[in-house]
Amino acid sequence: MKSVIAVYVENKYGVLARVCGLFLRRGFNIDSLTVSETEEEGYSRITLTTGDDKATLKQLVRQLEKLHNVKKVQVFNKETTVEHELLLVKIKNTEKNRSEVVAVASIYDAKIVDYTNDAIMIEVTASVSKLNAFIEVIKPMGIVEMCRTGVIALSRGNETLKDHK
Amino acid sequence: MASKKKTIYSGSRILCETLIEQGVTDVFGYPGGQVINIYDELYKVSDRLNHVLCAHEQGASHAADGYARATGKVGVCIATSGPGATNLVTGIATAMLDSVPMVAITGNVPNSLIGKDAFQEVNIVGVTLPITKHNFFVSDVSELADTIREAFRIAKSGRPGPVLVDIPKDVQVATYEYEPQPVVDYYPEEEADEADIQKAIELINKAKKPYIYIGGGAAAYGMTKELMAFAEKIDGYIGCTFMGLSVLPDSYERYLGMQGMHGHYASSMANKDADLIIGIGVRFSDRATGNVSKYAKKAKIIQIDTDLSEIDKNVKVDLGIIGNIPTSFKKIMDGVNEAKHPDWAKMIEAHKAKEEEIKQIDLALPREHMSPRVIFDIINDVKDKSTVIATDVGQHQMWAAQYTRFEAKRRFASSGGLGTMGYGLGAAIGAAIGSGDKTVLITGDGSFGMNLNEMATLAAYNVPVVVILLNNSVLGMVRQWQTLFFGQRYSNTELNIRKTDFVALAKAFGVNGTFAKDEKEFRKAFTKAMKFNGPSFIEVPVDKDELVLPMLPPGGSVDDMIATKEEAYNR
Repeated sequence: MKSVIAVYVENKYGVLARVCGLFLRRGFNIDSLTVSETEEEGYSRITLTTGDDKATLKQLVRQLEKLHNVKKVQVFNKETTVEHELLLVKIKNTEKNRSEVVAVASIYDAKIVDYTNDAIMIEVTASVSKLNAFIEVIKPMGIVEMCRTGVIALSRGNETLKDHK
Repeated sequence: MASKKKTIYSGSRILCETLIEQGVTDVFGYPGGQVINIYDELYKVSDRLNHVLCAHEQGASHAADGYARATGKVGVCIATSGPGATNLVTGIATAMLDSVPMVAITGNVPNSLIGKDAFQEVNIVGVTLPITKHNFFVSDVSELADTIREAFRIAKSGRPGPVLVDIPKDVQVATYEYEPQPVVDYYPEEEADEADIQKAIELINKAKKPYIYIGGGAAAYGMTKELMAFAEKIDGYIGCTFMGLSVLPDSYERYLGMQGMHGHYASSMANKDADLIIGIGVRFSDRATGNVSKYAKKAKIIQIDTDLSEIDKNVKVDLGIIGNIPTSFKKIMDGVNEAKHPDWAKMIEAHKAKEEEIKQIDLALPREHMSPRVIFDIINDVKDKSTVIATDVGQHQMWAAQYTRFEAKRRFASSGGLGTMGYGLGAAIGAAIGSGDKTVLITGDGSFGMNLNEMATLAAYNVPVVVILLNNSVLGMVRQWQTLFFGQRYSNTELNIRKTDFVALAKAFGVNGTFAKDEKEFRKAFTKAMKFNGPSFIEVPVDKDELVLPMLPPGGSVDDMIATKEEAYNR
């Protein structure tokens, strides 16, 4: 089981390097990391996934909180969080697999976003486990290239990261 | 102070005015192409801001560090872009590892040339990311004054540390309005949890063998009287980390001195026997604990600190108390019961007696030159309460930590966490200038060789520093490990291949130099040097086979302690 952490940062010079440098220096392993704008100007949100060793997680959060540009850090509670990831994948377009690709896409709620004579591009937004399952299914059809955004997450209800203690 | 009116100044002048406004009176540095505008303004404000020209930027960074340690103020150093900036790196890392408040100012190439590999361009913000508490690149002159203020605020708040501010040349030249501001306040610290305070009080009230273990976090606040009152109240004993030296007077009977890898016997044993360890501003470093899996097995541990990330980082504690250290401490102190633990006192007395026994065994060993203990006896005898002791890194440093008798706070400047050879001379200069007190540098022939160029600075400013070079003609600490753990294969630790005449060298730099071969000569030379209003240099020979003892072998615990030379050789 992976832990998902949100880090609310001031959008200042080098902030991403500071956060990543911390992981490097303290030997924390990060599986995915995304950075995006937030509802508040001047602030960015970094969402990252990492292992769930308790002691390591505690150190990671505490070290992150020490960075001057980091305002809030939240480790998400799986029960009350929506976690999603987006996948773009190109699959070989052949006579043989064309109809199968379309069928699988439909089952996984995926969208066909581009179609050429040699490749079909599919977009899927889902939980990490569902994306992994989807990739397993399409692998035999011939993946040309793929790209995942890494997990983004929000806790349910009215609570925001800024309220989080 | 200037009138509360906005004035239009160049960035360079704004920098100088902001430093002055923030209470800075001395800066250490070295000019260069991308700080020439700053140096032009330093020239104009020299009646209000004293600049000390060092021999090398590394020396300037250590001087700022020594200045901060001896005064408690933020130390400031300035260097040019590129090599000037990278020369500060070791000094900044030294300050980071020991939580020393420092602001390092660097110039850089103009904004238009950033990223173009311009002459003397280095991304110093990138280089110093992992070794600063925070750092800034000032891209616009309008942000300069507030950035400098913020740098000071970060450097001195909570757990102190170094902050670097990189200022490109065009920002130094550009003009903007400047209005003086008051000295920045500290960032507020968390208030310790009341329930945790109560738990701490309960643990202390239950303890029969309380051991108070202090480190840099206690030293930063100079909590001398409070700690003594606390030890009396709970009938406890106090030991310290390397960073916790010069907080308690060595004459205080409840104070057992430094513990750990080269700690005092009594203090390391007290730590082992205690049923409660009250850690104050300590991070349970590997050098202080030995093997953590065998550390203090009989004790519950309370850790009082301001930095949450230190709780459970190295040693799992029973209770962590986070908040301003003196405030948390006072609440605990007020809440605990007065106690008497006569059995604990008896155990401590036995440990002290054993320590004295070890000392006598050591003193009785045959040696060609003076024992380090005797050298420090003389230093302790002659020095004043106010004398600052600076050191380099190696055997001499550990002897200084073990044998110097401190009677006042902030009288010790030495690189603990990073162990920076070459730290001492720069630091001694900074400490002497900052404190206005006589400063004694204890150094070795290895460390001294690394930054001895700062002898030029000593002479230039007539800084009252006495350099005592303990010359054993080897890299003693590495050699000690080679003796004990590497089959006496002395790989590259023999320095007698060098032909340096240190006394002549001191004289060449314009500093009085003396060779003192025995007790009588050393006492005479040191007494004279302490009375002399300026720098002096004394070389003292030490046997190359002297060991720093006791010693916990690497990976070992207190149970594996090597206490005497005989034990060391018979392992």
